[in-house]
Amino acid sequence: MKKFFKTGNPYVWLTASSLTVCLLMVCGLVALIMVKGLGIFWPHEIVRFHLKDETVVLGELVKKEPIPYEKNGYRTKLKVGNRDSYGLDFRWINDDEIVSGEYPASVVAIERREWGNMYGFLHGIRKNGKTETIQPDGASEVIDAHKKLFRKIRRLEKKEIGDINHQMEKNRLKLKQLMAPPASDTLQRKADNVKAKIAILEKMYSEKEILLSELYRQAKEKEFIIHLAGGEEKILPVFEVVRMYTPNNMHVFAKMGFYLSKLWEFITDEPREANTEGGIFPAIFGTIMMVFLMSIAVVPLGVLTAIYLKEYAGDNFISRIVRISVNNLAGVPSIVFGVFGLGFFIYLIGGAVDNVFFKSALPSPTFGTGGILWASLTLSLLTVPVVVVSTEEGLSSVPGSIREGSYALGATKFETLWRVVLPQATPGILTGTILAMARAAGEVAPLMITGVVKLAPSLPIDHHFPFIHLERKFMHLGFHIYDVGFQSPNIEAAIPMVYATTLALLFTVLALNITAIIVRNKLRKKYRTSSL
Amino acid sequence: MRCAISSSKLKKKSNPAVNVIDLKFYYGDNLALNGITLDISEKMITAFIGPSGCGKSTLIRCLNRMNDLIEGVRIEGCIKIAGKDIYDPAINVTELRKRVGMVFQKPNPFPKTIYENVVYGPRVLGVKKKSILDDICEKALTRAALWSEVKDRLHFSALELSGGQQQRVCIARAIAMEPEIVLLDEPCSALDPIATAKIEDMLVELKKDYTVVIVTHNMQQAARVSDYTGFFMMGELVEYDETTELFTKPKKQRTEDYITGRFG
Repeated sequence: MKKFFKTGNPYVWLTASSLTVCLLMVCGLVALIMVKGLGIFWPHEIVRFHLKDETVVLGELVKKEPIPYEKNGYRTKLKVGNRDSYGLDFRWINDDEIVSGEYPASVVAIERREWGNMYGFLHGIRKNGKTETIQPDGASEVIDAHKKLFRKIRRLEKKEIGDINHQMEKNRLKLKQLMAPPASDTLQRKADNVKAKIAILEKMYSEKEILLSELYRQAKEKEFIIHLAGGEEKILPVFEVVRMYTPNNMHVFAKMGFYLSKLWEFITDEPREANTEGGIFPAIFGTIMMVFLMSIAVVPLGVLTAIYLKEYAGDNFISRIVRISVNNLAGVPSIVFGVFGLGFFIYLIGGAVDNVFFKSALPSPTFGTGGILWASLTLSLLTVPVVVVSTEEGLSSVPGSIREGSYALGATKFETLWRVVLPQATPGILTGTILAMARAAGEVAPLMITGVVKLAPSLPIDHHFPFIHLERKFMHLGFHIYDVGFQSPNIEAAIPMVYATTLALLFTVLALNITAIIVRNKLRKKYRTSSL
Repeated sequence: MRCAISSSKLKKKSNPAVNVIDLKFYYGDNLALNGITLDISEKMITAFIGPSGCGKSTLIRCLNRMNDLIEGVRIEGCIKIAGKDIYDPAINVTELRKRVGMVFQKPNPFPKTIYENVVYGPRVLGVKKKSILDDICEKALTRAALWSEVKDRLHFSALELSGGQQQRVCIARAIAMEPEIVLLDEPCSALDPIATAKIEDMLVELKKDYTVVIVTHNMQQAARVSDYTGFFMMGELVEYDETTELFTKPKKQRTEDYITGRFG
């Protein structure tokens, strides 16, 4: 035994097994999220159970488990949908209550804009009081036509009426400015001008309103008649339907197509129903934009700090204290940075900016409230130690002989730094940036008090001048996970969304990192040091 | 004032480019050079030989004040180049280094293209015009006997060259500045004999225009290329004479012991 220990093999085994444990944990984590997150878009078949009490239920099988605290017997969790009728999306059914079960081919699953899924049988379509029978194929045509109508309405609401509102708001602010004392004739004339403009805009607005209500009337003309599991009749306006499909009647390729269209919707669409349905595009966009803004702020700050610390400050007591403090800054809980961001950036700087540049909008704050700029700056403070440390490492990795070569040619310290040392330290700087980006993309706590919201009405970039709106609140994947998982009214139904959003966050961070790593490797190749 | 003693042991030399007068050099409390006095002649090759740690590299690094970069060093005595004390506080160090070029023991090309390496100095000086830079690059590489080898790959990384070529890039980089003096600190110690021979031939060419000071471990090299040789030991200049004199008729016992290989 002693001999065995002396060979050194046990230590190899010890180290290797700890690595294995780490790998298993990471792989398990990713695998769990992948399975749970990617599974939700697959169309599940719908089962119909006839129960002992002569009722009939219809729904997706979610899971089967032994009944807790009972010796024998299983129970089944069924997603019955129809929250507006049943109150709950899910129902537990003990197996001994079930008389028989089957998968009826004609059952339809309907995704609605409100109230979650509906499961039932398509009975007919009604228009102006006349009822016709309809097949699911025919229904999907009607739905597509209504989707076009829906998009038209959205464009009208968001873009055209949104533009008018934007203009009106601007003019109102101008008016407020002009009406402020001291009054004068020219000011009065200008104010009248603006008032006239507002009147024109208001007229345009009411015209659009009429158009909108006409479109809504068209949209609500047609209604589906759906029979639920127990035979109850339900009226469902076609306009309410996002998607209608017959999962029991779909072959594998149809299911794949369905899967991809759901996945596409998830990535590119806006959320519905308190974020538990629909897509997460605004959150992905907000996350990436925030990370970019953060990088733009953190890289110059961190690099300049590191250059001073490493190249100019020398190695004395104060510089050592500063270095230790910077390193310790990385360990400060992130919520502390959030509080600092709120107090310093938002109230102090934002408040001052409002007082100077956006006085007419007060008391409603412009920069004096949470926004993507302040959130990014707060995160850049949080990540600056990472950049400082890795830049310092990058600077020390530049061999002294290269610096000497430059000095010997009559270059000053700054010229040497700028022309030789910094280019060679770029991979180190980028490594720091990658780490900072990864950290920033996953941070939630400081964002909650510096500008992230559950649902942002508009993206921080749009077609209104000046196109990039740094004062706007934004959505973020990390916060989205928290919000969907813990703050939504229908948590059970939101669980798959939590996994899918987590997966999206992982992929976003991965994509950001891979981009940065590719850039770094290109540079590293370029500035590879002498092999001699 | 610092150069109170002005002496020249070697009267036969005509134009001294550098006068080193009673130079003492300390690393902290360690005395590395103990009262060195010598003159280096213009447009000649002067070699410094001696065992490791004898101070020959320290001396050559004093000539363009590279030792300033090391913390805790102290210098006494004086070095005059073209009659001016280079340790005078009024002297601009970067100006001095532009006049006194240096090549190091290990080839240290910048991780840039060959072209960018050679024109680095002129660029630092503020030369921006491409035609001038091209001209400087060609001239310097020709002088460093590298032009024919690399003229088709000027815009390739200098790090892809062989060690000998890299060292010649460094020499070209130094002479692109048109210095008065070129210092070479064991330039061939990391190279093979063929590369070494090429550099030695080039040095002989260079001496037509520049004053060359070379530190070397290799006594044969000193004997082959140099006009004057100084033998250093324990921070002292033991003997300094014309190369042929020093190698054939050394005046000091220690010199004879060293060059005949009895130690070192």
